[in-house]
Amino acid sequence: MNLHAIRAIYRFEMARTFRTITQSIASPVLSTSLYFIVFGAAIGSRMGEIDGVDYGAFIIPGLLMLSLLSESISNASFGIYMPKWAGTIYELLSAPVSWLEAVIGYVGAAATKSLMLGALILVTARVFVPYEIAHPLWMVGFLVLTAVTFSLFGFVIGLWADDFQKLQVIPLMVVTPLTFLGGAFYSIDMLPPFWQKVTLLNPVVYLISGFRWSFHGVADVHIGVATGMTLGFLALCLGFVWWVFRSGWKLRN
Amino acid sequence: MPPIISVNRVGKTYASGHEALKDVDLDIQRGEIFALLGPNGAGKTTLISIVCGIVKASRGTIRVDGHDIVRDYRAARSAIGLVPQELHTDAFETVMATLKFSRGLFGKRPDPALIERLLRDLALWDKRDAKIMTLSGGMKRRVMIAKALSHEPAILFLDEPSAGVDVELRHGMWQMVRRLRESGTTIILTTHYIEEAEQMADRIGVMRKGELILVEETRALMRTLGKRQLTLSLAQPLDELPAALAGLPLALSDDRRSLVYRFDAHADGAGIAGLLARLGEHGIAWKDLATEESSLEDIFVDLVHGERA
Ligand SMILES: Nc1ncnc2c1ncn2[C@@H]1O[C@H](COP(=O)(O)OP(=O)(O)OP(=O)(O)O)[C@@H](O)[C@H]1O
Ligand SMILES: [Mg+2]
Repeated sequence: MNLHAIRAIYRFEMARTFRTITQSIASPVLSTSLYFIVFGAAIGSRMGEIDGVDYGAFIIPGLLMLSLLSESISNASFGIYMPKWAGTIYELLSAPVSWLEAVIGYVGAAATKSLMLGALILVTARVFVPYEIAHPLWMVGFLVLTAVTFSLFGFVIGLWADDFQKLQVIPLMVVTPLTFLGGAFYSIDMLPPFWQKVTLLNPVVYLISGFRWSFHGVADVHIGVATGMTLGFLALCLGFVWWVFRSGWKLRN
Repeated sequence: MPPIISVNRVGKTYASGHEALKDVDLDIQRGEIFALLGPNGAGKTTLISIVCGIVKASRGTIRVDGHDIVRDYRAARSAIGLVPQELHTDAFETVMATLKFSRGLFGKRPDPALIERLLRDLALWDKRDAKIMTLSGGMKRRVMIAKALSHEPAILFLDEPSAGVDVELRHGMWQMVRRLRESGTTIILTTHYIEEAEQMADRIGVMRKGELILVEETRALMRTLGKRQLTLSLAQPLDELPAALAGLPLALSDDRRSLVYRFDAHADGAGIAGLLARLGEHGIAWKDLATEESSLEDIFVDLVHGERA
């Protein structure tokens, strides 16, 4: 293991994060606050409870997931796309660094940033609504797993993208819709039976639902299923990165 | 001694279908300065990129310091520092941070003293805390050189180090290259300034259309192919050459106002003094003289146009 290299990449990425700390932290926190004001306070006061949970508190896990997914993806995809675009990737490619070391450095940094953001959102949420966390260990564990998995997914997108448009298209056209329809703002059994079935095809439903269980102890989907699916997706992404570095696809051509 | 780099029938066909390298064989000796010449698009950068691991070869094998660059990439790449042709820098990083990054990336523990020495050698110490985007082009190139040297590589690739670099800096760079060579570093450079290759390189390789068409010691190349000429502007037009001078490689120009003397560039004391004395004896006065090097440049032009290849 080239530990010095992992450290160098991680530091480099964290320095980039801290250079743009205002925009990278402030904007998600602001938008989450707006959600809480609109959905939590304004609309939520008319919504009553879902599954015995106050609506304001009910939407916290979903909103957190919303930010976590999009931030993890955009962070990590940008982190590896930028050197490709600027040409500075030559140094990584010519260095004695394995694919796994590159992943640990880049994805580790992106996930760290997402987790910082997640913590900040939890604190912000506390300002607007009182809530308690039923299974804190599961909550933290699942938060870390999602941050890592989706940072890795972002890394994959960054490897694949060869222009800025491609970099944006998956987060914008796939991830955001899936997250919005993933039950961030409602419980699945509020839907008509047919749409309940359709919704279960959306992987984000499992993430949000599993995560919600760690908060409120009730959920549409078992946390074990959610964890299993996330781990599966993580393995898939890892396999892809391994293959890209091995074959040189889009990297060494 | 075994070569430090051994390129074995390496070819590259880009995804576009363009065959940029055709079965290149090349051995680089430990401690030498090797200059790779060739017109734009000849495949110099492609070859270097393959050795450094940036581009995947389509065919062939390469060993660096005995290590296969694919199977044993860690050992192979650790031995190499690369200054690429294009100026790719992290605009928002400071000079110091980017050097520490490079050293770390190559698996070396931090060494502030070494980094300081490098920065001082490259006249960048004052700029250590400056963001790279605030530097001039020449400074950025020096930053790239410092990055390449930050992990103390045994082999240094310089892909057109003198592009966009002023005269003073170029001389500074040559000195640095010589110092590196004295300390045992092997250097492979590409350049379009042929005088640079001539003055610096122990050996020269010429590429054309993806093929290495010639590899030769610089001195031998100059000796076999190099010619110089001396042009004397005469004080008075001369009708014809005195018979006594007929045996010399001397020619009268068409306008009869100058004499052209061709000689071997590296034959010692090619006899200019003797020639001038003999002209004096025959009462031929001249008012000005100029020597021209048929230099590597001419040789090169001939070669890549295929006349001597
Ligand atoms: N990524 C690429 N995809 C397709 N073709 C490429 C790629 N990179 C280089 N080429 C082609 O390969 C050939 C060799 O390019 P290369 O950059 O190796 O030349 P060079 O000798 O370094 O030229 P120069 O003196 O201009 O730097 C050129 O015809 C170039 O267009
Ligand atoms: Mg080139």
